[in-house]
Amino acid sequence: MSEPLLDVRDLRVSFATPDGLVRAVDGVSFSVAPGRTLGIVGESGSGKSVAVGTVMGLTRGARGATIAGELRFAGHDLARAGDEELRRLRGDELAMVFQDPMSSLHPLFRVGDQLVEAVRAHRPVGRRAARIRAQDMLGLAGVPEPGRRMEAYPHELSGGLRQRVMIAMALVNEPRLLIADEPTTALDVTVQAQILELLARLRDELGMAMVLVTHDLGVVAQVADDVAVMYAGRVVETGPTLPLLCTPQHPYTWGLLRSMPRLDGPRDAWPVPIAGRPPSPIAPPSGCRFHPRCPSALAPCAAIDPVLQPAGDGTQRAACILPAAVREAERP
Amino acid sequence: MGAYVVRRLLWLIVVLIAVSLVTFVIFYVLPSADPVLLRAGKNPSPEVVQSITHTLGLDRPWYVQYGRYMERLVLHLDLGRSYQNDASVRHLLWDRLPATLALAFGAMVLWLLIGIPLGIFSAVRHRRAGDRVVTGVSLLLISAPVYWLGLVALYVFSADIGKLPWLEGAGSYPTHGTIFTNPGEVVPSLILPWIVLAISFAAIYARFVRGSLVEVLREDYIRTARAKGLPERTVVLKHGMRAAMTPVVTILGLDLGILLGGAILVETVFNVPGIGRLAYDSIQTSDLPMIQGTVLAGAFFIVLLTLVVDLVYAFLDPRVRYGQGAP
Repeated sequence: MSEPLLDVRDLRVSFATPDGLVRAVDGVSFSVAPGRTLGIVGESGSGKSVAVGTVMGLTRGARGATIAGELRFAGHDLARAGDEELRRLRGDELAMVFQDPMSSLHPLFRVGDQLVEAVRAHRPVGRRAARIRAQDMLGLAGVPEPGRRMEAYPHELSGGLRQRVMIAMALVNEPRLLIADEPTTALDVTVQAQILELLARLRDELGMAMVLVTHDLGVVAQVADDVAVMYAGRVVETGPTLPLLCTPQHPYTWGLLRSMPRLDGPRDAWPVPIAGRPPSPIAPPSGCRFHPRCPSALAPCAAIDPVLQPAGDGTQRAACILPAAVREAERP
Repeated sequence: MGAYVVRRLLWLIVVLIAVSLVTFVIFYVLPSADPVLLRAGKNPSPEVVQSITHTLGLDRPWYVQYGRYMERLVLHLDLGRSYQNDASVRHLLWDRLPATLALAFGAMVLWLLIGIPLGIFSAVRHRRAGDRVVTGVSLLLISAPVYWLGLVALYVFSADIGKLPWLEGAGSYPTHGTIFTNPGEVVPSLILPWIVLAISFAAIYARFVRGSLVEVLREDYIRTARAKGLPERTVVLKHGMRAAMTPVVTILGLDLGILLGGAILVETVFNVPGIGRLAYDSIQTSDLPMIQGTVLAGAFFIVLLTLVVDLVYAFLDPRVRYGQGAP
């Protein structure tokens, strides 16, 4: 495997709140090689958005936030970088697309001006050149009549178009890594597939790497090369997409797969939700954080805090102490 | 848009009629000094009193008086004549307008120049030491009554009786000329009133801008602006303030409308011959036509500025469009 473009080691992000210390991300490691796509999957509150937001430096100014761990990106030490160094990288080599395109564009500026601003924040070009670049990028992102849309305000566009604008804005400086945080969650189902297709196409055309945060395993199956499954601020299972989805090793991943509706299963096979609720990020359970909800939990699971270990065919790693034989027997 | 403005202007007339009627009724229902006796001088004979009563039309029922008043107002734009000195109310209002305009706009520039930067400072240091100092001090200044601030300012700084008379001409409005014809004397005399009037407004605006900007800085599009790699300065001053200013413009319009109707306290304390001072004096002498004139002027400015704010809104926020469905 080549030198990773993004390497996150033992990332910990916590927020001091009146109710106690919220450990949103509690020792997370992952890496992304150039041109590859990592899918980060997990329920709401599993810490996936906080983790990628921290890579962008967006949690830095947050009240009561403490950030520890290593964040290396293309030779930069993002954890120790000054605000100015980070600003130069953001929107240039490192870009991000957010969940809700309705609220993520400034409602009072024209679409074109917002794109031009993104270009000129990083390139010493004139307004005219920046407009040409912006308009080309809108076209590349599949916005019809890009010249006319440049003059539009965000509220005049549909949700799908707005997300295309967001994508164009993130990619206008041809970043080496795109972080997409639930880019399709807020969109109509019919538009979701188009946006995913667009992201995959632009990733290949621009040769960039991508981190795709989602709670939807179907999305991961479609575009990701590798997957990291997050639960309660930790990565519980990681590996290449195909083996991970075919032979999942962690009971939580089983649960995620069982809770998805399937077209290829038996007719009477309804999705099975994971019992219980995600644990409190202030006082997580002892031992394995999933053990209170785990259908296969054994007595030691409440005491031993498992670490990621090679599992399955060896390309996967899972944080689970169940014996391989038990996993083989209970896996869906 | 055009139809919208016409509709709003018609509404302005309705409001003014209602306000004039209410003023009239209040004047007759609530006890007030007898304007006839105030005009007649010491120990008037009954004949003099009767003659003055008749001249002023006060021997007719109030609704007849109101009808005549409205007739003159609508047909001739005539606001009547003062009970006290027979001067034309319209001319007097017109004469007093420049002082009020100068006071209101000058103070506004001052309070915006102080209040907005302080509000921004406070918002970006949300809940840290700098923010606490600004919000604490502004609460103190909002709580200080303007007439008290005015008297303190006069005591310390006025050119004649002040302990520290550093400001030449401060505190005494010149006997002739307006800010347009005699700025050399009017401007120095207005410095103290401007400051006193601006202080509490600056404090209010600092808090208001802070609150508005703190809200905006939590928005998703601010996160987007940061993710684009814009400098924090641009994020706050361009993306943040552009959105945070819209509610500020609304209260600015209302405050300005109220002040253009006369800043009664400041004009009285500093003896600025504006509409507010005129209103104060006419209430003292139960001079109904004059009271009516100043009240109508105040209502006119408030309703007018509200309309202006609504029109400015359409420019500030592209999502706002006035059409058939608009009020």
